[in-house]
Amino acid sequence: MTAVGPAVSRPDDPAVTEAGQPDEVAQGGARNPRAELGPHLAVGPSLQPTLAELSRPGRSSTKVPHPPADALDRIPTSARRARPLGLPELNEPEVIRHFVNLSQLNFAVDTGFYPLGSCTMKYNPKINEWAARLPGFAALHPLAPDALAQGTLELMWELERWLVEISGMSAATLQPAAGAHGELTGILMIRAYHQSRTDTERLEVIVPDSSHGTNPATASMSGFKTVTIPSDSFGQVDLAALRAALSPRTAAVMLTNPSTLGLFEKGIGEVLEAVHAAGALAYMDGANMNAILGKFKPGAAGFDVMHFNTHKTFSTPHGGGGPGAGPVAVNDKLTPFLPWPRVQCDEGRFRLERMNERSSSIGRVRSYQGSVGVLVRAYAYLLAHGGSGLEEVSEDAVLAANYLRHRLADTYQMPYAQVSKHEFVASAQNIRAETGVRMLDIAKRLIDYGYHPPTIYFPLIVEEGMLVEPTETESVETLDAFADALIEIAQEARRNPEIVTTAPHASPVRRLDEATAARHPDLHWRPMTGAEPVCPQ
Amino acid sequence: MRVRTDRSSRPAEQFTAEPGTTDRVTYGPHTSADRQRMLTALNIDSIDALFADIPAEVRAHGLDLPPPEDELTMARRLETLSARNRVGLASFLGAGAYRHYIPPTVDQILSRGEFYTSYTPYQPEISQGTLQTIYEYQSLIAELTGLDVVSASHYDGGAATAEAALMTVRATRRERVLVSRAIHRHFLDTTATYFEGGRLTLDELPTLADGTTDLETLERELADEARPVAGVLIGQPNAFGILEPMAEAGRLAHAAGALFVAVVEPVSLAVLAPPGEYEADIAVGEGQPLGIALQYGGPYLGLLAAKSDLVRQVPGRLVGRTTDIEGKRAYVMTLRAREQDIRRDKAASNICTNQALCALAATVYVATLGPHGLRDVAALGAARAHELEVALAGAGAARVHAEGTYLNEFAVHVPDAPRVHAALLERDILAGLPLADWYPDDAVLRDALLVCATELTTSSEIERFAEGLREVLA
Amino acid sequence: MQVPEDLRYTPDHEWLRVEGDEAVVGITEYAATELGDVVFVELPAPGMTLQSAQSFGVIESVKTASDLYSPAAGEVIAVNAQLADKPELVNDDPYGDGWMIRIRLSEPDVATAPSERNLDAGAYRSLIEAG
Repeated sequence: MTAVGPAVSRPDDPAVTEAGQPDEVAQGGARNPRAELGPHLAVGPSLQPTLAELSRPGRSSTKVPHPPADALDRIPTSARRARPLGLPELNEPEVIRHFVNLSQLNFAVDTGFYPLGSCTMKYNPKINEWAARLPGFAALHPLAPDALAQGTLELMWELERWLVEISGMSAATLQPAAGAHGELTGILMIRAYHQSRTDTERLEVIVPDSSHGTNPATASMSGFKTVTIPSDSFGQVDLAALRAALSPRTAAVMLTNPSTLGLFEKGIGEVLEAVHAAGALAYMDGANMNAILGKFKPGAAGFDVMHFNTHKTFSTPHGGGGPGAGPVAVNDKLTPFLPWPRVQCDEGRFRLERMNERSSSIGRVRSYQGSVGVLVRAYAYLLAHGGSGLEEVSEDAVLAANYLRHRLADTYQMPYAQVSKHEFVASAQNIRAETGVRMLDIAKRLIDYGYHPPTIYFPLIVEEGMLVEPTETESVETLDAFADALIEIAQEARRNPEIVTTAPHASPVRRLDEATAARHPDLHWRPMTGAEPVCPQ
Repeated sequence: MRVRTDRSSRPAEQFTAEPGTTDRVTYGPHTSADRQRMLTALNIDSIDALFADIPAEVRAHGLDLPPPEDELTMARRLETLSARNRVGLASFLGAGAYRHYIPPTVDQILSRGEFYTSYTPYQPEISQGTLQTIYEYQSLIAELTGLDVVSASHYDGGAATAEAALMTVRATRRERVLVSRAIHRHFLDTTATYFEGGRLTLDELPTLADGTTDLETLERELADEARPVAGVLIGQPNAFGILEPMAEAGRLAHAAGALFVAVVEPVSLAVLAPPGEYEADIAVGEGQPLGIALQYGGPYLGLLAAKSDLVRQVPGRLVGRTTDIEGKRAYVMTLRAREQDIRRDKAASNICTNQALCALAATVYVATLGPHGLRDVAALGAARAHELEVALAGAGAARVHAEGTYLNEFAVHVPDAPRVHAALLERDILAGLPLADWYPDDAVLRDALLVCATELTTSSEIERFAEGLREVLA
Repeated sequence: MQVPEDLRYTPDHEWLRVEGDEAVVGITEYAATELGDVVFVELPAPGMTLQSAQSFGVIESVKTASDLYSPAAGEVIAVNAQLADKPELVNDDPYGDGWMIRIRLSEPDVATAPSERNLDAGAYRSLIEAG
């Protein structure tokens, strides 16, 4: 048996197996009796019944006119729904109260400090939300003729050029919906490139052991075999291991730079030289671009392709998990293979490429031409900042990370001595050895202090690690208070470990029974065997 | 690089202020005193020292981009740009993305910072809002599709279709997928891109004169034992707006050991048989009609639902209900071992960031409309479409698939359709989609327009369309 | 931590109980504890032929997934169907009700011969104590 993922086990809390009735809902006002254990209340206390439980027959509001009675007569019964539609019925005030109350159970950038490493949880400017909702942008149909879409097409054309400048590449596609989708797009282009040269035996993709899980998953999804290489003791790509892994079978090497440890690859020149000498192409995962805007241009340095995460670097909101956007920039080698349709500009008129206009393209990677509503926000962000503002973003992000790292260095272990970029890894290995308290517990205790925990147990190569990314939009007072909290929790671990290992105490719910959730999945409110809808009753 | 020369913003030199002066260009809070305090703590003289680890030969020095803009100037620029789009026409364009009335409840809830500025609910204790709404989304889509396992969202209909095709390959360990040529053209193209260059095969099934998929060909292809079929993908309604014999197609697929994938439109499921009723194994579709603005193509919502025995092949996140240690009901991401951050190269998909906020939009939309409201939207679209059919027939444009049944979208014969489409655009009528764009080699569809109606379509718009068509064809 | 004397072990933490020309396979108590709460075990269909060290399934806990490798060559003749509903048996009784597959050994002699991938209880105990 070989572990293929992080071993993050659950706390050995006997109470987990003594869980109460699944249908007990703590109604508003039923405050957690242990709330006083936490210095701050992270989020509101009111859990919510489901929409199904709130439903009462006949209660829905009328939002659209009633259709004529014979509207569906021409649809044969065989094609019609046999079972009545069991959706909840609520009136509008209840709908609003339900979702507003649910929103208050969330921690968010708008409510507090969210130093979730590798995710760049920076402030989401409100003007960008306004811009995306302008009717001209929001109501435009994806198949609208070019003549109706000149404003959006110009925005996309210009955004592509700005991304090209930031990346130091030759061209970009705005289509991919997220970073992982960008990776897929990039890897498919790399395959098309090798095939165009009848170099068809390149079936492997090399990734470092510190890489995002999306990198090897992308390689597999597009039919490549993943070869994992170790990092050296400085957290850098192990050049000897890379050289040993490179071969005529290597299609690409996927690197994150700065790495997922928050470190710049000092040997990047040699790494890229080795990759190219082997006939492979170099993919850069741009998840960490927030550290290096205007300081490092991947294309100029020799990378062949990279993706951006607009929801990280360019402040488009994370949306509770998405949507994001993952534009991909490429150099001349890969430009012919970009997905279609690209935006073209002929004498000041903008247009989308027609089907089959560019036969070298890998094709479409999604239904339409991009998550344009997200791209409008990213464009607004770039307009506001300009070149100098983007550089300032990276400078402040890196300064904040190094300052916070400095504040914590006496309390937590810093496995890498090098200056960090916009995020850093700290380890609680020392605290675990001394007290038995693990990073998971410390993270959960941070919730009681009113913070979103950093990313924990990633990258996998650091024991008891947390990846902290403060971003450029947090004040020095916030950074100090957060550092104080982490230092205080380390004290608590020595003084009163139980308060840490049983945290959080002040959140709307406490640690969850994840084993039962996975063993007996309850994925929707209708019974899994579900012949009959439970609602409306 | 200056990509535009007509900038009305202040000249660049005013923005070259040193970081820390009051002429702030970012959303960062640091005063020069703050920066100095941090530098002093780090025992360095300047921020440049923090970038000394970038080797000189690859160190960049600045970006050749326009100067920063203040918010008012930028807002005016964006307004001007958005006004260059034209969105107020009488539109009969659908083809996979549909105009609907979106109650203001949807945007009010989407604008809650607690929802849109949070990320993936990795810490369930402080993410119950997002987690419960995803659980509710899964429940609503389960009810609409009649299937048990609903992923927390995919990028869009095309990406969800491609993922479903890959799912059939994983589940059956076969390598060939059959897809009707009458699923949405872009869904088909996206799936083809995902399949390109690898060991997998994607074969298209032809359609008949009535617009439905040719089931005789399907049966013959399924019988090819040398090339066993993993999955069969058919649209309901299909790309021509026509209703397919889904139950029969599903029976054929299952008899050959293949999985049956229904590519659906979610509003239609308020009145049409849900995929679970005709034994589809997987349903996918574009969730945009459920309260999401058109936005020139995204962000949208990829729907993906499956039978419960396929749960471990389902790509993307799933939220389950459980309890916390005090017995309180709580929700959590579950069955995580399928996902890329744990399973790496053996994950069911590489998807990480999804479309959670779009799923929230769909949840609020369905909750606001309720079952009767959603049915009314679907039925009203069908009624308006019938009105449109009669009006266009009166203007000389008859349906292409006259023997087929449609719900709210259909193709009409129009000689020289792209020219007619352009001429109607001059009259502020967006006459659907010229099918020549999608089927340039099809002699029949080359001269056809795909038109649709929804509850937003008015009788006067329909009259204008018919009148305009009469004039253009005269 | 139990390491029964009568079993053979792999360095990947599977155990093998040889019974004539058949053998039963599971994972060790050490492995089950390291994984935490097991939530799912994916097992092969009976009839599958396995090489030694070939992957025969996957075991999932809440936040990790691991491949299972066969300690010996042979044909799968039975799988533990109980694990479908009660994966927790792997935690509760790793050497008993938590068994995974029964194979008909293609080389019964090899199955008990010590090698790098075939450890006795003492060697396996040293391995896990070394961490």
